[in-house]
Order: sequence, then structure tokens, then C-alpha cells
Amino acid sequence: MLRVRNLRCGYGSLHVIRGLSLHVDAGEIVALIGANGAGKTSLLKALVGLIPPVGGEIRIDGRDATGEPPWRAIANGVALVPEGRQIFADMTVMENLEVGGYRNPDRALPIADVLERFPRLRERAAQLAGTLSGGEQQMLALGRALAARPRLVLLDEPSMGLAPLMVQEVFRTIRALKEQGVTVFLVEQNAVAALQVADRAYVLETGEVILEGEAADLLRNPEVKRAYLGKGYKEVWE
Amino acid sequence: MRPRPLVPVLAAALAVVALQVAVTAAGREYYLTQTIMAAYYAVVALGLCLVMGYAGQISLGHAAFFSLGGYTSAVLTTADLTPLARSGWGGPLLRLHLLQARAGLYGGETIGANPWAAFGGALLLTFAVALLVGYPALRLKGHYLAMATLGFGLIVYRLLLGTNLTGAADGITGVPPWRLGFGLEISGDGAQRIANYYVAWGLVLFTILLLTHIVHSRAGRAFRALHGGETAANSMGINTAAYKLRAFVLSALLAAAAGSMLTHYSGGIGPSEASAMKSVRYVALVAAGGMANLWGVLVVSATLNFLSLRGCFGSYDDALFGALLIAIVSLAPEGPLQPLTAQGRRLWSRLAGHRVMTTPEGPAP
Repeated sequence: MLRVRNLRCGYGSLHVIRGLSLHVDAGEIVALIGANGAGKTSLLKALVGLIPPVGGEIRIDGRDATGEPPWRAIANGVALVPEGRQIFADMTVMENLEVGGYRNPDRALPIADVLERFPRLRERAAQLAGTLSGGEQQMLALGRALAARPRLVLLDEPSMGLAPLMVQEVFRTIRALKEQGVTVFLVEQNAVAALQVADRAYVLETGEVILEGEAADLLRNPEVKRAYLGKGYKEVWE
Repeated sequence: MRPRPLVPVLAAALAVVALQVAVTAAGREYYLTQTIMAAYYAVVALGLCLVMGYAGQISLGHAAFFSLGGYTSAVLTTADLTPLARSGWGGPLLRLHLLQARAGLYGGETIGANPWAAFGGALLLTFAVALLVGYPALRLKGHYLAMATLGFGLIVYRLLLGTNLTGAADGITGVPPWRLGFGLEISGDGAQRIANYYVAWGLVLFTILLLTHIVHSRAGRAFRALHGGETAANSMGINTAAYKLRAFVLSALLAAAAGSMLTHYSGGIGPSEASAMKSVRYVALVAAGGMANLWGVLVVSATLNFLSLRGCFGSYDDALFGALLIAIVSLAPEGPLQPLTAQGRRLWSRLAGHRVMTTPEGPAP
């Protein structure tokens, strides 16, 4: 589905992603975890073309999509749920979903699906998106992406700033997406929650993948903790 | 789906008629002159409203597009094109009515461009220039875009001032009337004042109809999404760069059309129309009208321009618009009407939300 080889990108001369390779197969939930500043958000931005790559390649369904402009990503079946949700606060919930289905002439159908999946959004369809609670906004951001009927959803920190109950709700939704055949690539700081929902995972540190494997194995791997807490971790605890 | 804007446009049309009837009945038809000019300036402000309020970009070069339209019409219709008419091209051009004869300054006849053809030329030129300026400039953001468009405006101003073809500091006078047919013409002729009033306000209503249609369509959602967050809009598959360029070019064309028509109405145009202060004035009017509020921009710009043209602000004219912009940016950056309308919309959306929420469950037992 998604295959990234030796990707390098960044802002000006600062390379945030340094030769990163990973792949996501159809039907999988793959998590990318790592500490603040590891380059998680930058990677997602690069995957949809919001940051131009300096080197390497991005293949979607075997087709080279490196360097394509961001608005092409949807056409390739890839939808990003951006960090911090970024819903359109001054538009109604319904209008947000309509923008989500912007490239999809048959958007009425996926929008109906989204409203089915998130009854809260149906109740608030006519309300301005800015008046929703944090959790509802995350549902809307997800619903907006789903209105494009993507095959691969990129989720950037969906649990950020949410109450624990809402976090559970978000991860339940991710699992439900998988059952419907949507592939999910999940970027999270909340490593435990992400590894519990994912099939496989990558651990990112300063722009490089330092660990990869089955999510269940990584959950038990002490190296994962070290990636989060820094190199001094062992000495401090032993 | 939001309500189509036909009702408010019809109401506005009635108001336009009522104003004319009232002014005529009061025997003060000379007020219509400034009302006509204010209408053309309002078209520029409305176009800029699409760029600033909806696409979220700023242009400090709209006076340049206005003068581009006006000057193209003025140059083409006043230039002595007799040599061209006598050349091999003359026959077909005359037969297509692209050229027309008019009374010369010293008797006899000279041949100039037909105002329709000049108008077409003005729009074509503006289209090309707006694309050329907009394509690189709209890749910039915030004050860089403002600076780029300001620079473009200054270049046009200096070029107009320094070129003999455009009459240098004197501008161009003696622009012939533009015969629209049915005995109507765009000209400063007193007998045509009421007709011109309707032509000018017809253009305003057409503009607002066009823009409200755009704003409420799929493209309008794209514009508002773009304003709401470029990253998110981009990842929804909206080609934000293309939309920004389209808004910019369309508003430049509206400015040029207004400039061209106003030039025929006043019979001439001067370089001050292209000055940076004029561009600042358009920006101030859009800000004062509430940015993404076409009707607000229309009312504010028609009123303030009318008062300004009547000389109500005396020598503080430019200062007033500058001060207005500063006051709005520092006190109410989203426009003076915004806090009110936002509260209203929020309240309404809460009510609407609640109403939808209670219906499926039925009334509580």
C-alpha cells in the first residue's frame, strides 16, 4: 500500500527525516511512535507532499508519488488527519464534512457513513465546528478525512489533548476502521495505547527508525522506553 | 445548502431604485454623480473582499488593476489609430466595429478603438498581468504577499507617471462616451445621469450576485477552508495555490472592469487612481466591511466613498482611511461587525444544534 524508501526531507538545510524506510501493507494498522521532535509529524507531512522530499522515494500502490503536490494525495487514496485536528472552526460540522469529500463527486454516501459512525456529529451537523468539544473535534477531523473515502488514513497524534475516555473512543474507532478494510498509519506519543491497537510499529528517533517489529513485541521491549527517555535512562535506573 | 442570495439582491435593487426616485423627487440629482463613482469603487472593494475575506490573502495592488483597466480603455479610445485604419488591417477592423470614427480635437475625424474593443483589451491585459503577478506572489504569505503586491502597485503608478502614452502626470482626458445600445451610453452627459446610475449599480448587483454564488458553491467552501487552515485544506485535496490565484485574477478583472467603465463615465483618468493610498483605501474598506462579508463591504464602501467624493472629509481624506485601517486592525481585526455576527451565528448554531438533537429522541418524558 505505502512504501517509503530512504526518505530524506526537512526545512531548508535542516534535515528532520534522514534516510527513513518503512512500509504499510493493505489492511494493517501500523504505528509510528517516538518522543517529541523525533520527526513524526514531519514524516506525515512529507508523505502527503506538504514538505517536499530531498531524497528517497514514496510509493503508493507501487506508483511513485514522490514530490507530488499535497492536493494529489487524496486522489491517491491517502487522507491525512492533521496534528491538532485543524478542523474549519468557522464552518458547520456538515460543511467540514463536505470539504472532506471535496474531491469525491459521490461524497453524499461517505458523509452518510460518517454520520452513521459518529452519531454525535449528526446531532451537531448544523453547529459551527469551533463550538464542538475536543473529542468531538477529533471525531470530526477523522470523519472529514473519511468523507474522501480513503484507502489509507494517516493519523497525527489523535489522542493529543483528549480526556482518557475520549482517547479510548478514538482507538476504538481506529480498530473499527481496520475491520472495514481501511489501512491506518498512526503517529503517536502515547506509545502504550498506540502499540495496543497496532499490528506493527516503528520507533522513530531523531529522524531515523531505530526499532521495528510486531506491536506486541515492542510493547515489552525495554529499548522502546530508552527511545523515549533518552540515553541516560539505564544509568539512572540501575 | 445555504439560501441563494436572490432575495437580498432583489431587496438591494429596490433600494437602488428607491434612492434614485427619492433623489430625483428632492431635485438633487447631482448627488447621483458621486453615487455612480462610489458604485464603481465598491466593485473593486467587493472583488478584493473575495481575495481578503474568503481566500485569506492580502493585496495592496488593487488600485493598479483598476487603473490598468481605466488606462487601457482611455489609451485605446483616445489614441489616433488613423494609420492603422488606413493599413491593410483597417478594413476588417472597421467592419468588425473594433475601430470607430469620432470627432477630432481640431475638427475632422480621427479613428480610435471602439470602447467595447478597448474594454475587451483592458480585461485581457489585466488577466495576463494578474496571472503574471499572482503566480509567484501568491506563493508568499502574510506581509511578504502584501509587500509584493504593494511593489507591483508602485511600479504601475511610476510607469503611468513617467510614460507619455499615458499622459504622464496629467493622465488622459477626452475619453469618448461608451455607447451600450438602446440609447444608453456611459458618459458624463447630464442627460444620461440616471441611466449611468443604473448601469453602475447594475454592475454592483451583478458583482455581488456572482460573488455570493461563488462563495456558496463548492469553490466557496474551498475558499473558506483555505482561510480556515491551509494545511488541512491541502490535505483535503484542495489545490490551494490554484484557488488563491483564481480569486486574485477574478478580483483583478472586476477592478479593471470598474476602472474601464468609470473612465468612460468621467471622461478621463489620472495617475492618482493607481497610487498606493488608493490601494490602502480598498483594503481599509474591506476590513471595515467585515472582511468575509460582501454586504458589509458594499454598504461601508458605498457610504464612505460617497462621503469622500462629496468632499466631506476635506484634506483629511487619505488620513481618514488610514486611521480607519489602523483602528480596525488594532481594535477589531476581524472587522467591527464580526464580534456581533459571530455571536449571532454561534447562538444560532447552538440553537440549531439543540433542535436537531432533541427531535430524534422526541420530547423528554
